[in-house]
Amino acid sequence: MEAFTQHIGTAAPLRRSNVDTDQIIPAVYLKRVTRTGFEDGLFAAWRNDPSFVLNQPEYDGVSVLVAGPDFGTGSSREHAVWALLDYGFRVVVSSRFGDIFRGNSGKAGLLAALVEQDVVEQLWTTIESDPGTKVTVDLENKTISAGDVSAPFEIDDYTRYRLLNGLDDVGITLSHADEITAYEATRPSFKPATLPAKA
Amino acid sequence: MGRTLSEKVWDAHVVRHADGEPDLLYIDLHLVHEVTSPQAFDGLRLAGRGVRRPDLTIATEDHNVPTFDVDKPIADPVSRTQVDTLRKNAEEFGIRIHTLGDPDQGVVHVIGPQLGLTQPGMTVVCGDSHTSTHGAFGAIAFGIGTSEVEHVLATQTLMQARPKTMAVTVDGVLPDGVSAKDLVLALIAQVGTGGGQGYIVEYRGEAIRALSMEARMTICNMSIEWGAKAGMIAPDETTFAYLQDKPHAPQGVDWEAAVEYWKSLATDEDATFDREVVLRAEDIAPFVTWGTNPGQGIPLSESVPSPDDFDNENDKVAAERALEYMGLTAGTPMREIHVDTVFLGSCTNGRIEDLRAAAGVLAGRKVAEGTRMLVVPGSGRVRLQAEAEGLDTIFKDAGAEWRGAGCSMCLGMNPDQLAPGERSASTSNRNFEGRQGKGGRTHLVSPLVAAATAVTGTLAAPADLPPVAVPANA
Repeated sequence: MEAFTQHIGTAAPLRRSNVDTDQIIPAVYLKRVTRTGFEDGLFAAWRNDPSFVLNQPEYDGVSVLVAGPDFGTGSSREHAVWALLDYGFRVVVSSRFGDIFRGNSGKAGLLAALVEQDVVEQLWTTIESDPGTKVTVDLENKTISAGDVSAPFEIDDYTRYRLLNGLDDVGITLSHADEITAYEATRPSFKPATLPAKA
Repeated sequence: MGRTLSEKVWDAHVVRHADGEPDLLYIDLHLVHEVTSPQAFDGLRLAGRGVRRPDLTIATEDHNVPTFDVDKPIADPVSRTQVDTLRKNAEEFGIRIHTLGDPDQGVVHVIGPQLGLTQPGMTVVCGDSHTSTHGAFGAIAFGIGTSEVEHVLATQTLMQARPKTMAVTVDGVLPDGVSAKDLVLALIAQVGTGGGQGYIVEYRGEAIRALSMEARMTICNMSIEWGAKAGMIAPDETTFAYLQDKPHAPQGVDWEAAVEYWKSLATDEDATFDREVVLRAEDIAPFVTWGTNPGQGIPLSESVPSPDDFDNENDKVAAERALEYMGLTAGTPMREIHVDTVFLGSCTNGRIEDLRAAAGVLAGRKVAEGTRMLVVPGSGRVRLQAEAEGLDTIFKDAGAEWRGAGCSMCLGMNPDQLAPGERSASTSNRNFEGRQGKGGRTHLVSPLVAAATAVTGTLAAPADLPPVAVPANA
């Protein structure tokens, strides 16, 4: 995973709450077995609507999404994160995220920045008054700023550490393989195994 | 100080704890399906890694499989590739798989319990948010993304921050005709879709204890719909009786040891929860959703709410949008809403008791003209059991379609989808915009309400139906 320290880019305001993962990418777009190419499914139901924010020419090339509360609730599909990344987003800002979505973001390299709802409102106003406004997201200092708005955001320390260093989780865990083996030796014999199969 | 059920199970799975880091948690059972696993297996191959514990891993195909003509090759080539990819990965990595046509093929969350692989005190994960279903056995069970699927395949562990604890206590006795689905929909309407965020929830109290295992699974299944990390119910005699004759239940002395351990998992008397919610079972009635998230629900006896009924500005805007999407007018009695399609199935309500409940309503009755009903058993074994009991005949005689096992119209990934503007009464778990097909409109309901709705063609409970006519010469 690429290290993430600071990101500067323009932003799109998504003035909706409860944008669940089915709206981020509907199930029919989850059939690919590859890791890329999911941008075609991003917000699929809204992409044909000329009034949808991402269809406005002033929001071409945005890389920060400022969304309403409860963004990414619902399904565990990491494809939602991949679709946002494939479209070009590096940061999503909201006052509340679905848990699994936020976890998946941290794994895949999308920064999910948690802020107070009034910060979201201020960012919306700032962006809408000038869509060219550059938004700076500083992971080192956990701050987001745009125009006159400057605010801290929350992210758990461990995800921040991993993003800053671009670390591979599996690699970290495998460095503790001895501890996993030691734990396995203590598992009770009544715990079930899938193999051999019993019917 | 005493510990809660979830704390006991969590503590028993910590491989490594370090301050300032998430715990490294051991995973007892990993369920795998075709949609969220291909990129994880690719990741293993790229890094030259294997599956650490194929014997704690099991795969089935459910999300993207058809529910008819299952003996023929899958028609959609992209879906076929995804299913074939899972089969190839299972073979390459030595993972047990149940494919179309096998009795143990079906929705992952129906398969684990039916095989007896889901047991109390375990940690269970799957690349699917409704993994919370398995919490009904007193397991910590939660959904994970594909990166985490890869992590579990490679290490049989996950890094997880310890969640807070919450108790949802349901006192009293559920009224007749009110089911687990109504209970959980009423709960979500009260606490909101984000109300459980950051918590492992323990459902407890008299009304929960009285529920069957399958009803408990319905409750725990919907935990994710109010944002909880997981939902759990303490194992008891109901749990042990359910497990006893399942294929992978412990045998002999192992059974004795297991039951003794399982009994020790109950929350201690002096344990405290970070948050508590109390509901009275007597207050709960048949419940349906009117909007586009599972928290937008009301009793069936009420009318479509108005955005002005909500104080919070976000809720007001969300309600306006939901009514527009759903094509509903405030003030319309819920019972007057016409339904095009009734879907009975899913990991929420696709088990044998759900099918029996619906068949009990449909026996001697017909699905209304202008309404279609799809019955999709949760697994091949549920289908076989239903056929052994003659339930398939009841459904077919009523005019419903009797299908093969899978996720089907719950998520609209296979050919079972709503057309734009079409309205469903669905026993599934999500009424999100477009969930069951682009432009489709979903009302979440219990199996009893689903069956009664099929008969009237409008949202209804069994109590609304006239008695079944008895032939004059009987």
